[in-house]
Amino acid sequence: MVENRPLLTFLAHGALILGVIVVAFPVYLALIASTHPVSAFSSGVIPLLPGREMAANYATMLGQGISTAGAPPLWGLLGNSLVMALAIALGKIAISITSAFAIVYFRFPLRNLAFWAIFITLMLPVEVRIVPTFKVVADLGMLNSYAGLTIPLIASATATFLFRQVFLTIPDELLEAARIDGAGPLRFFRDILLPLSRTNIAALFVILFIYGWNQYLWPLLITTDERFYTIVAAIKRMAETADAEPYWNLIMASAVLAMLPPVLVVIAMQRLFVKGLIETEK
Amino acid sequence: MAAITLDNVGKTYAGGTRALSGMSIDIAPGEFVVLVGPSGCGKSTLLRMIAGLETVTEGTIRIGERVVNTVEPADRNIAMVFQNYALYPHMTVRQNLAYGLKNRGTPRDEIDRRVAEAAQILEIGPYLDRKPRQLSGGQRQRVAMGRAIVREPAAFLFDEPLSNLDAKLRVTMRSEIRQLQRRLGTTSVYVTHDQVEAMTLADRLVVLNAGRIEQIGTPLQVYRHPATTFVAGFIGAPAMNLLPAQIADGQLHLAGAAVAPMTRAGGPVTLGIRPEDLRRDPAGPIRMRLRHVEELGHARLLHGQIGDSAAVCTVTDTAPPDPEIRLSIDPGQCHLFDAQTGARLTGA
Ligand SMILES: Nc1ncnc2c1ncn2[C@@H]1O[C@H](COP(=O)(O)OP(=O)(O)OP(=O)(O)O)[C@@H](O)[C@H]1O
Ligand SMILES: [Mg+2]
Repeated sequence: MVENRPLLTFLAHGALILGVIVVAFPVYLALIASTHPVSAFSSGVIPLLPGREMAANYATMLGQGISTAGAPPLWGLLGNSLVMALAIALGKIAISITSAFAIVYFRFPLRNLAFWAIFITLMLPVEVRIVPTFKVVADLGMLNSYAGLTIPLIASATATFLFRQVFLTIPDELLEAARIDGAGPLRFFRDILLPLSRTNIAALFVILFIYGWNQYLWPLLITTDERFYTIVAAIKRMAETADAEPYWNLIMASAVLAMLPPVLVVIAMQRLFVKGLIETEK
Repeated sequence: MAAITLDNVGKTYAGGTRALSGMSIDIAPGEFVVLVGPSGCGKSTLLRMIAGLETVTEGTIRIGERVVNTVEPADRNIAMVFQNYALYPHMTVRQNLAYGLKNRGTPRDEIDRRVAEAAQILEIGPYLDRKPRQLSGGQRQRVAMGRAIVREPAAFLFDEPLSNLDAKLRVTMRSEIRQLQRRLGTTSVYVTHDQVEAMTLADRLVVLNAGRIEQIGTPLQVYRHPATTFVAGFIGAPAMNLLPAQIADGQLHLAGAAVAPMTRAGGPVTLGIRPEDLRRDPAGPIRMRLRHVEELGHARLLHGQIGDSAAVCTVTDTAPPDPEIRLSIDPGQCHLFDAQTGARLTGA
C-alpha cells in the first residue's frame, strides 16, 4: 500500500512518537534518579537532569546492597533472577515441545484425556492456584529453594499448543521419508522437528525468559531467606522501609539494573527472530 | 534388486473405507511396473502398503523371499520418491542424501562415495551444499531421486513424482527416470494417473479402478487388447469411442446401419473403436454429425455424434469437414465388450 497523504503520515508518526514517550519517560526518570544523591529527593521534586552520583550509587548496590532495608548486594539477586528465568524458560520449552510431540505424533490410550488435561493448565496460572500451590510447595519442603521458585511456574502448558501448531504444519511426507530413512521417533524429533522449530523456540525463549524474570508475586511469597530473593521481588522490599525515607536513588539504580538482562536477551535473540520471520523453511 | 509379490492383498481403512481388494501382482526383479488409474482408485494406498507406511489388512506382500507385512519401512530395503519431494528443508542436499545412510551406520567414506556417485549420475554436484528451497522444482526432483538411489535399495517406489513439474520438464524427467532405472536395474513401482506417463515408462502396466485390478499387461497388450471398457476408455488419448451396437445376421449394426461383418452370436455389445481407426470414407456406412473440431497441428479431432452417442474421430487431411461425415471401420480394429459387464468378448 503506497499512500501519500501528509496529514495521515503526520498523525501516524505523532501517535507513534507519543507512544514512545509514554513508555520511555518513566525509564528515563528511573535512569536520572539513579544518578543523584539521596538528598535530591527530600524536597519531593523529582530531578529531570542527570546528577553526579551515578558511579557511587551503582557501586553501592552491586557491592553492599542496602542493609537497613534488608537488601543484599544486587549480584546475588541478579543471579537468582537469572537462574529462575532460565529455568522457567528452558523448562517450559522442554515440557511443551515434548508434550506437543506426544500429542501430534503418537496414538496412545487416553490421548484425548491427556490433551484436555494439558489444555486445562492453561486456565490455571500460578496466580489462580496460588494458595494450594503454596501449600504443596511448603509441604514438600521447597520453600526457599530454586526448585520451589521454578517448578510450579514451569508446570503449565503455555507453549504446548504453539508447538502443536508448528508440528501440524510439517508435512506428513517428511515423517514418512524419515521413517524410510531409518529414523525412529527420537531421531526424528532430534534431527527434523527440533531444527524446524528452531525459530519458534527462540521466540518462545525470549517471551518466557521475560515472563520468568518479571515474576513477582510467587517469589515474594515463598522466599524468606535473602539468599533466594529475586531482584524484582527485592525492589519491592527495598521501598518498604518502616521509618526512614526510602533510598530512591539506590532503588532506581536497582530497577535500571533489573531491566538490563531482558533487554540483552531481546537484543541477542533479535536476529533469530527476524530470520524466523523472513525465511520459511517448511 | 528383488521381486515384489502381492498375494490377494486388500486394505480396509480404520474408518471402514474399503480401498483395495484382491490385489495379486508378481513383479519380477528389475521390472518397471506402473500402477495407473483415476484419482481415488487406490494407487497410493497400494504403494504405501508396499513401502510399509500403511498397514496390510488382508493378504501378503513379499519383497524378495521375505514376507514384509509387519516389517518397518526402514527395514524393507526400499526407497520412496514422493510427489512433493519431502526433502528435509533444513538440511543441505548433501545431508539430505546422506541422512538414510547415516542412520544405518554406513561408514563416512562410503557415504561420501555414494553421495558423490549419485550426484554425478543426476548432475546435482553443483548444488550439494544448497538447501532445498534454493533449488528449482526439477532440481528438487533430482535430489529426491538421489536420496533414493544412494541407498542402493531392492526397489524404488514412486508416487506421482512428476506431477508438480511443468509439462516440458515432465517429459524430460520421464525419460531420465526410465534410463536411470534401466541403468541401475532396480525393481520399480511407479504410480501415476497420467496414461501417457504410464505407457512410456512401464515394462508392465497395472490398471486399477475403484480398488480392483482391471488389467495387467505390457503397454502394447493393454493398448491393443483392453480387457474391459474401463481400460479401453482410460488408456489412449484421445480416448477410445465406446458405442452401443448390435450383432445380428452376421453383421455388426451401429446406429441402425450394418457397419462390418461379424461372425458371432447375436445380441447387444459395446463397440470400442479408437478415434484413429474411424476412417473417413464417402461411401462409409457410419454417419457422424459434427459438433466441433479440435486442431492439433499434425491432426484434427472431429467431435460429433453417432446415433445418440458422442464420438471422436482423428483425421490427418485438412479438407473442411461437412456437417455430416461418412465413416467406415475395419472389422480387425473393432473391440467388442459385453454390453452388461464391460468385459472384453474373446476372439474379437
Ligand atoms: N487415511 C485414509 N483413511 C481413510 N480412507 C482413505 C485414507 N487414505 C485414502 N483413503 C481412501 O482410499 C481410497 C484410495 O485412496 P488413494 O490415496 O490410494 O487414491 P489414489 O489412487 O492415490 O488417488 P490420487 O490419484 O488422487 O492420488 C480413496 O477412496 C480414499 O478416500
Ligand atoms: Mg495418490
